[in-house]
Amino acid sequence: MLDKVLFYFFAAIAVGSAALMVTRRNVVHGAIFLITALLATAGIFLQLRAEFLFIVQIILYVGGIMVLFVFVIMLVNLDVALQQIQFARQKWVALLVALALAGQVGLMFWSSGKMAGQGLPVLTAAAASTLPPNSEEVAKSLFSSYLLPFEIASVLLLVAMIGAVVMAKKRT
Amino acid sequence: MNAFVQATIEFLKLYWAPLLCGVAVVAILPLIAGYIVLVERKLMADMQARLGPMRVGPHGLLQPIADAVKLLIKEDIIPDNADKMVFWLAPVLSVGAALLSLAGLAIGPAFQIAQDINIGILFVVGISALGIFGIVLGGWASNSHYSLMGALRSSAQLVSYETAAGMALVSALLFTGTLNIKSIVEVQSKEGIWFAMLAPVAFFTYLVASIAETNRAPFDLPEAESELVAGYMTEFSGFRWSLYFLAEYTNMIVVASVATTLFLGGWLRPFASVRWLNFLDFVPTLMIVAVAAYCVVRTPKQPTRVQQMFMLAVAGLCFVVGLALLAPVVLPIAKPFYAGIHGGFWFIFKVSLYIYFFMWLRFTIPRYRFDQLMRLGWHFLIPLSIINVLLIGIALIAGSYFNLHGWGLLLVTTPAAIITLVAALMILAAEKQRDAGHDPNAASDFYAG
Repeated sequence: MLDKVLFYFFAAIAVGSAALMVTRRNVVHGAIFLITALLATAGIFLQLRAEFLFIVQIILYVGGIMVLFVFVIMLVNLDVALQQIQFARQKWVALLVALALAGQVGLMFWSSGKMAGQGLPVLTAAAASTLPPNSEEVAKSLFSSYLLPFEIASVLLLVAMIGAVVMAKKRT
Repeated sequence: MNAFVQATIEFLKLYWAPLLCGVAVVAILPLIAGYIVLVERKLMADMQARLGPMRVGPHGLLQPIADAVKLLIKEDIIPDNADKMVFWLAPVLSVGAALLSLAGLAIGPAFQIAQDINIGILFVVGISALGIFGIVLGGWASNSHYSLMGALRSSAQLVSYETAAGMALVSALLFTGTLNIKSIVEVQSKEGIWFAMLAPVAFFTYLVASIAETNRAPFDLPEAESELVAGYMTEFSGFRWSLYFLAEYTNMIVVASVATTLFLGGWLRPFASVRWLNFLDFVPTLMIVAVAAYCVVRTPKQPTRVQQMFMLAVAGLCFVVGLALLAPVVLPIAKPFYAGIHGGFWFIFKVSLYIYFFMWLRFTIPRYRFDQLMRLGWHFLIPLSIINVLLIGIALIAGSYFNLHGWGLLLVTTPAAIITLVAALMILAAEKQRDAGHDPNAASDFYAG
């Protein structure tokens, strides 16, 4: 019962603030609603007993990326930005993409109803005390089964970092 | 609606005790922060050969309460062109994040609000970093150049130093293999050595980075009064301003607690595993009784009768606390409370020492310039902490190869620390050589006032 209430609480906040985020004209308000949406998603992770994902979501997205977002927003001259066209005008492309996405999601729901036991997995909630410690499990799978993707991602990040340094360096 | 009520009852049944503790902490913390401010003012006065607050209560002991009342009844000003909602939200965000992160801390083995969370230390560090939004949004919403400048400086500073602090935490966590706060202290108790001794470079890095993260002098550039009036809090007054203040001091307590837990052995007595040093258990009582005795000695010097009574009351309180600390050591009946009471004492004592060090630095070192601050962070602390993580990892592999434990680990970690220091000196020398070409004072200063 508590789980259900928590889920709908966080989900409502996430969806609501995501909608507000794209409709606000003021960029800083948009950023605040994005932060709220990310925090609510973190809450859903916690409700699912994925405490490591919860804190990584908060540290990386909210505490790291969003701080940089807000930082950049403040460096931009907002008064000038407000006078420019704020929304992209590619209505028809957007509609097409949205329809394709909706069709995909609908297909998934429809097919999961057809194939019993193979579609959407419905898990029964386990007691929190019986679950294995989350961060340890993530570390184990990251450094054993998924070692190669992990290394590739690390190299990609390193390349991006070096690229940023090279581009930011003053040309003398 | 019925379901919602049912869920609430279920929630309260499970969590009434942590909730009660949380409310108590939130209620008491402003008082503690107020007294930290008083200690800071007294210390500053002492170092500058003054007396400090002396008027309200004996030796200014009631000054924090007077200050709080003054702040509460001050006029609350919101600038005309401010973004009202964000202006209202920002200080609350700051103080909320700081108070929430306290929930994960363990003050002694018996007292922790959020019991045994698996991600312990990450929770504390991650949530307390959210307080930056209060500062940045507050600075933006006040619609003032000084405030915005302070906010920008603050976010740049936090992003830079968070990396170094995180790396320092990683080097300590390599020894524990767990994030749970209680387990971290238990590992230190089992090894019989604090991680500050095993990873001195990481401790130093965390110390410097934590000063920068809490916006304390000499890194208090977001609120540098000589350049930016008061930085991000320029337009805030009265209660909102005091919320920012509360957040700053709570953050100090949080970083001090994190450092104590990870590097200084948490609630453990110094040399807790050495049997013949058990007489150290009497030290807490002696310290508290010494304070009580000092109060009694000073009583006749107080000018009025009320102040004399107050002084005696403080002495009595200290005496009672001293007795409470003595009881578990000498009385067999009170033995079960030993860990809780003495753990709490040592934890609070270490946290106080750490905060005292912060204050000491504030009155000793002049403020950095912003480009110097950025350079210290990016060119020195971050490379240093990365090298340190690498070397400590190598040292630990060597340690497990030779099967070293406890003090034996010093055999492999000391060379690691020495190599890190040599690398640090080389970084500094390279910096100096690069600066030799051009005037360092002509460095770019985007965010300087």
